[in-house]
Amino acid sequence: MPTAIAAPQRVVRKKNSYGQIRAESLFRRTLVIVGVAMLLLVTGILITLIIGSIPSIKSLGIKYLWGTTWDPVNNVYGALPFLIGTLLTSFLALIMSVPFSFAIAIYLGEYNPKGWLSNFLKNMVELIAAVPSVIYGFWGLLVLVPIVRELEMKFNILPYGIGIFTSALILTIMIIPYAASLGREMIRLVPSPLKEGAYSLGATRYEVIRNVILPYTKSGLFAGVLLSLGRALGETMAVTMVIGNTSIIPTSIFAPGNTMASVIANEFTEADRTVYLSALIELGLVLFLVTVIINMIGKRIIKRFTNE
Amino acid sequence: MNAHVKYRVGKSRAVQALIVFMAFLITVPLILIIVYIFREGITKINWTFLTRVPKPVGETGGGIANALIGSILIVLAASVIAIPIGILGGIYLSENKNTRLSYWSRLAVDVLQGVPSIVIGIVVYFWVVKPIGTFSAISGSVALAIMMLPILIRSTEETLKLIPSSLKEAGLALGLPYHRVILKVIVPCGISGILSGIMLSIARIAGETAPLLFTAFGNPYLNTNLTKPMQSLPLLIFNYATSPYDDWHDLAWGAALILLFTVLLLNIITKITSRRWNVQL
Amino acid sequence: MITFSKSFRQIAATLSLAFLAVLTLGSRVSAQDDKTLLGAGSTFIYPLFSKMFSDYNTRTGIQVNYQSIGSGGGILQLTNKTVDFGASDAPLNDEQATKIGVPVLHIPQASGAVVVTYNLPGENNNISLTPDIIADIFLGKIKTWNDPRITGINKGVTIPGLPILVAHRSDGSGTTNIFTNYLSKVSADWKAKVGNGSAVNWPSGLGGKGNEGVAGLVKQTPGAIGYVELIYALQNKMDYAKIQNKKGKFIVPSLASVTAAGNVKLPDDSKIFITDTDAADGYPIAGFTWVIIYKDQNYNGRSADRATKLLKLLWWNIHEGQAFAAPLNYAPLSKEALKTAEKILKSATYKGKAIL
Repeated sequence: MPTAIAAPQRVVRKKNSYGQIRAESLFRRTLVIVGVAMLLLVTGILITLIIGSIPSIKSLGIKYLWGTTWDPVNNVYGALPFLIGTLLTSFLALIMSVPFSFAIAIYLGEYNPKGWLSNFLKNMVELIAAVPSVIYGFWGLLVLVPIVRELEMKFNILPYGIGIFTSALILTIMIIPYAASLGREMIRLVPSPLKEGAYSLGATRYEVIRNVILPYTKSGLFAGVLLSLGRALGETMAVTMVIGNTSIIPTSIFAPGNTMASVIANEFTEADRTVYLSALIELGLVLFLVTVIINMIGKRIIKRFTNE
Repeated sequence: MNAHVKYRVGKSRAVQALIVFMAFLITVPLILIIVYIFREGITKINWTFLTRVPKPVGETGGGIANALIGSILIVLAASVIAIPIGILGGIYLSENKNTRLSYWSRLAVDVLQGVPSIVIGIVVYFWVVKPIGTFSAISGSVALAIMMLPILIRSTEETLKLIPSSLKEAGLALGLPYHRVILKVIVPCGISGILSGIMLSIARIAGETAPLLFTAFGNPYLNTNLTKPMQSLPLLIFNYATSPYDDWHDLAWGAALILLFTVLLLNIITKITSRRWNVQL
Repeated sequence: MITFSKSFRQIAATLSLAFLAVLTLGSRVSAQDDKTLLGAGSTFIYPLFSKMFSDYNTRTGIQVNYQSIGSGGGILQLTNKTVDFGASDAPLNDEQATKIGVPVLHIPQASGAVVVTYNLPGENNNISLTPDIIADIFLGKIKTWNDPRITGINKGVTIPGLPILVAHRSDGSGTTNIFTNYLSKVSADWKAKVGNGSAVNWPSGLGGKGNEGVAGLVKQTPGAIGYVELIYALQNKMDYAKIQNKKGKFIVPSLASVTAAGNVKLPDDSKIFITDTDAADGYPIAGFTWVIIYKDQNYNGRSADRATKLLKLLWWNIHEGQAFAAPLNYAPLSKEALKTAEKILKSATYKGKAIL
């Protein structure tokens, strides 16, 4: 009988080597099972989403992806308003956040890689990523929205306050850390001889950054941007609270809209028809595929970059 | 120096100033948010707040006890599910660097990390809520556990990779069985990194709302039964913040303060301990 | 190798055991869990329900966990059998009924008013609106507050020239159903372009989740207009409009005008819309809320005890619970409505036997 898998120190038991081998292979097998489980988990997610989307795919077909009407009354669904809403908020946020991400990356990677100030900034950036999304939404709702409303009233735009622009603002803050930390890592990896060569030729700091560091880390920085984008696309709570929940194609940046994630959050528990629920799951499937692909590309680039 | 060089040097200084300015600008919203939530929330926290459940709408004097206990229980259950699997997964990946299965498994973990939390909520609704037939805290914990796994696996793998293989080889050479070497030598050696991973993953999910929307569902009463719906801090904040009732807003502020500071504290503790034990995460 | 000291190990072991104990005992203690009933649905009736259930809990110890996720959500969760009862301000439509497959009972609870609430600076409570003006506002045809059509019927009130920002429901809502039902009756244009239902394709405006979300939006946005249940406007001290009813009178939504509108003969299954009422003093946008349950309570392994608890709760709702309606400005069930509701409740069965 297998004995002494965990023999107490005080009692000496005879160790049966066969039992030991059994315990070892059990452990190894458990490890492999966990490895397989991860794979099964992800495939399971994909399959569940696909199965859930089948009723919608069957009845609406591929036209669903560019349909402009989301009309639960008449059972007509089109994903375009949400695709546009998602793309608008994410890309707007990306454009607004990239300068700041790069500034942080360059500062922490090149200007000031060590020291207490650098650590302080690094910690601040990581804390930004740590704040829960619902708190960003809450703060955005009560602080940013009135400010944006004031802005809109000054420029004679309909003063909703909430809408695509406000969502993009909050997203900007939330995604800065991703491109920033990755960018910092990439910039630190630039080999010193490269930089020193440029300095010895009389280049200024700025010129070294512009002409040596940035081209060298181009793909790494791009990967960081992709990771930020992936985060922005999937963000749900903060966006849901300030985007206005309107399922039509937004007429301007300051209009309300809806993203794929926010419409799922709002309507999932009440989608009472099969096609309605299935249309929402199909949105989830699209969201899943898009975020996964973008994240994968980003990670691929990083891996290639750090292995060069 | 001739004029052109002066210009170049000047440009470089100007760019440096700009970059420094923009880099530190990020601290502004963070500090604003923390200060704002602190100011609004601190006045709302008192003993009633911590020990009572919310009152019906329109009545004052409620509290967030159900959300506090609910959050703790849901996170605890999620940790119980995720930590063993996560650590074993990390061990698997660090021990098998080049097999075909580990390649696909690692890929799966990477994919899992990028899945939006709302999609995980949808999937767990179909996996757990519908078959059981009711919303439950445990389904919320399952969803949160799925989100914890990539962080746990990744940090365990990275930590264990740093441990020199000579340690493992020494153990094996002494005749220790494989599982003993791993569980009693290697893992304790990397316990600091693994603990950091655990704390990070808990901090990550403590504030998650989307996966709980269709799983744990919320509950106006204090509930300790995992098979029933449960309230949690992020759910409460989400529901009460978007409501028009002032006393519900007050509850949301207090809850936001508690949540924010717990998450920040966990992150800061992780940083301090991983620095002390010098682990690269 | 790190060796944890013996005392550390003991402490760690005790703590872990304690955690596990809490997790499992928590489940054990409430395993006589039939002390909790689960309901979901209408946000319209939520303020009344939250008062009623809190009182019921004090009296009987039974906890009713009601989540106001919108009427559509309530019906869906009932269909999925994840809740004991659903609450909706619109009866099941044909497709929902087919999806459920088995007979359900609609038990009317109370009737309430859907008020048109707005946010205008200054003293502007109870401005007058006519049906076609309301329809055109929500269709996006009337865009500013000082439009001549609005100022024309509100002589003596200075209305600022703010743009009108429409707020509607983003979720499946019985309140929307009542409101759009009304608009379809009074505006052919609305009926053709939008129609009625729990979630419609709104031509313009912002979406808020639940009555709470719409009230929140209107409260925070100057110039906004939206539709919410009366109590939400009252509790949040928001302005709401006087609306011209079928008989031409401008009616302020109130307990009295809703009761007048609700004073109709209910059909046997109690499904009826009371919008655009013929009553002279009736408020034109009023509606019932129903609790919906399965007629045959023996499904999914439900115990007879649980079914009885549910029916007892609902019986209490339509009798003693009605006392909470009037203070919150919901109209309680009239005597005839009560009789119909009792008959409906009595027809619920468990394994073929009536429960009550």
